[in-house]
Amino acid sequence: MENEKNHIIPYRTFLYVLALLITLTITSVAITQIYLGTLTVVLALLIAAVKSSFVLRIFMHLKFENKIFSIAVVAIALLISVVILITFLDYLYR
Amino acid sequence: MNIQPGVMEPSFLEYKGKYKGIFSWIFSTDHKRIALLYLFSILTFFVVGATLGLLMKFELIAPGKTIMTPQAYNAFFTLHGITMIFAVVIPGLPAVFGNFLLPIMIGAKDVAFPRINLLSWYLYVAGVTLVLISQFAGQGPPDTGWTFYAPYSFRTTGNMLPAVFGAFVLGFSSILTGLNFLVTMHRMRAPGMTWLKMPLFPWSLYATAWVQLLATPIIGITLLMIVAERTLHIGFFDPTLGGDPLLYQHLFWTYSHPAVYIMILPAMGAISEIITTFSHKTIFGYKFMVVSVLAIAFVGYFVWGHHMFTSGMSGTALYTFSLLTFLVAIPSAIKVFNWISTMHKGSLDLQTPFYWAVAFIFVFMIGGFSGLILGSLAANVHLHNTHFVVAHFHFIVFGGTGFAFFGAMHYWYPKITGRMYDTRWANIGLVLFFIGFITLYGPMFYLGFKGMPRRYYDYDEVFHAGNIISTMGSWVLYSGLAIIIINLFASLRSAIKAPSDPWGGKTLEWTIPSPPPVENFDEIPVITKGPYDYK
Amino acid sequence: MNSTPKIHRDDLASKTGMWFFLFTEMLLFGGLFIVYSVYRFRNAEAFHLAAHELSIPIGTINTIILLISSTTIAMSITAIQKKNKNLALILLGITIFLGLAFLVNKYFEWGEHIKEHIYPGSAVLALRGQGDVLFYGLYFFMTGLHALHIIIGLVFICVIAVKIYRDKIRPDNYVLLENSGLYWHLVDLIWIFLFPLFYLIT
Repeated sequence: MENEKNHIIPYRTFLYVLALLITLTITSVAITQIYLGTLTVVLALLIAAVKSSFVLRIFMHLKFENKIFSIAVVAIALLISVVILITFLDYLYR
Repeated sequence: MNIQPGVMEPSFLEYKGKYKGIFSWIFSTDHKRIALLYLFSILTFFVVGATLGLLMKFELIAPGKTIMTPQAYNAFFTLHGITMIFAVVIPGLPAVFGNFLLPIMIGAKDVAFPRINLLSWYLYVAGVTLVLISQFAGQGPPDTGWTFYAPYSFRTTGNMLPAVFGAFVLGFSSILTGLNFLVTMHRMRAPGMTWLKMPLFPWSLYATAWVQLLATPIIGITLLMIVAERTLHIGFFDPTLGGDPLLYQHLFWTYSHPAVYIMILPAMGAISEIITTFSHKTIFGYKFMVVSVLAIAFVGYFVWGHHMFTSGMSGTALYTFSLLTFLVAIPSAIKVFNWISTMHKGSLDLQTPFYWAVAFIFVFMIGGFSGLILGSLAANVHLHNTHFVVAHFHFIVFGGTGFAFFGAMHYWYPKITGRMYDTRWANIGLVLFFIGFITLYGPMFYLGFKGMPRRYYDYDEVFHAGNIISTMGSWVLYSGLAIIIINLFASLRSAIKAPSDPWGGKTLEWTIPSPPPVENFDEIPVITKGPYDYK
Repeated sequence: MNSTPKIHRDDLASKTGMWFFLFTEMLLFGGLFIVYSVYRFRNAEAFHLAAHELSIPIGTINTIILLISSTTIAMSITAIQKKNKNLALILLGITIFLGLAFLVNKYFEWGEHIKEHIYPGSAVLALRGQGDVLFYGLYFFMTGLHALHIIIGLVFICVIAVKIYRDKIRPDNYVLLENSGLYWHLVDLIWIFLFPLFYLIT
């Protein structure tokens, strides 16, 4: 079975995404310098999630692969989150 | 699909390739040879583990010292657990029957990554070697139990590092097998075999493979953390440094509970095949069987806290885990109903594999019900760490996976070896084994309920009678086992050659010669019907 | 019987296998994120303060280094697809160089801490209190495991580069290059989360 469709991503696309990722990185550094309490962590992780989605969808080609791969990645992220959540049912309420 | 008479392709056993002798086996990437390599290793370690158990039971025939010191007893139950769990029942059915049958049952010539398959076996051998080394090197064998609980596991002078690394390597072997099976089923099903035309044993391997893939890394990292505690004093589980020993338990059981589903799901798949074939009737509720096997794998991921009810978790955690534990029993029950319904009004052929399957249902249900008892919070407070737990998991793991393993051995024996086993001795072995099994483990429910702790070298005189009965059961079981295994080996030299389809089965493995040729199929079959077409 | 029967080539199977392997890596680090979240919750103040001692500039530079290296390896696939073997090799070379630069930075970062006797098991660290012990324990363990994966990734990429040089990987057969890219991106992804959780929680 040969490669399905030889979809080629232009060099430019990668460079645009890189610029975006660096911008988001610097933003996250700047934001976390401001004291926002617990919101700081949430924002930092949110930005990390956005960066990840670009890496996953463009660099790792998920946008152009069968949807099932994207679903699996999200499912695994959810799985880890649920395990952490259930673990916290212990730690939060001790 | 059958080989034409007269065109005798060599079977996979006779095939002569690049390597000679033993190298033609240990360098082989043929899934059927790898399956037998695993069978040889797993049977060896099963006998090791069973012998350890036999000796432990002998120690327990009377209070006080019988044949070993307390320290030795701790080392014995640790090695018994590590061997049985990591080297026997977790690889168990997938490594042996999954490897042998999966490609054939889906109409493929091999698994997706044959060389990684061989690597899985090499990792298995490396892992068990490390575990064995832990017994003889350093300051004495590990004595923590197979559960390696912190903080003792990083404080004990026993030889933890090789054992922990061994378990880690064995986990990696398991991950690669799961990965291989997943890709195999996704990419290599025969033309026309849609997902819902795939037989139930492959489906059970599919669900199992997801658990192998997604749960095993958790214990991998946990074991690495134990190594870091022992060598670097990193503090994750050390209360004097701020760590929480209970977090170790959370992490350990987040894998080790799904691990029991790695053990039981392929067993259930094999039982589905056996019951269907010997009822000469299509499985009752095929779709429910598929959904239930996936549901068990999924829900089973979230119940791990039921191993920790008395460890100090919050009340919220307690009742959440108890509720989820009850939920996971439901799909298992569905399977039992469907097996019985399959037999109902079927044309039963009473053969050895079928007897194993019926015995499986019996002991699995006892194990399962006792699991629900343990899953009830109030009862658990009384029963945790007693012999009730020991009885429960032996009924459900040894009874479940073990019985299914022996059933599968006899069911697929003609296909794998090309011979028929001696039925009389097989059945004698089974009966002895079964009587021994019930006698060995049955009293443990009572002993536990009355308060006899587990993993204790000694016990109060009030438990003596029950222990005598139990130990005698171990002798009967062990002799039954000996008869079964010797019979299987002796029958290799039987004069009776097995046909392609001795049982009247409908799945693809019964359409090719016994034993199969190297490439399984002359031509990849085209599938037009469901897997159990008994019209 | 030593070699398999000739199996037809299946690039999708190969890629799927690599994705499944990445899932195991996600779960592996996931276990550490479980530990991090629990101890962060129980020692919030200490984690805040300890994070101040990490160098945000170096962390940011390392983050950007990995992001660029992900870009270059992604571009190398486009290069191979466009039959530009030399560009592919140059881009892989840059990726490897950047990966090594990351490791060198890490070496100096760790060195700073170790010079102050801050490392797992040290008496100095134990004296600073439980929150600090756990923070640095997690810091060294997680960035250490991550660095190990960088090394594995670099070895993988070197092997792939040699295969490209020898035309074993070609415009009509480059799934191995894609797979090495996937692995490298995963290493980048893990750092994308490690960076804020250790450096930016001040």
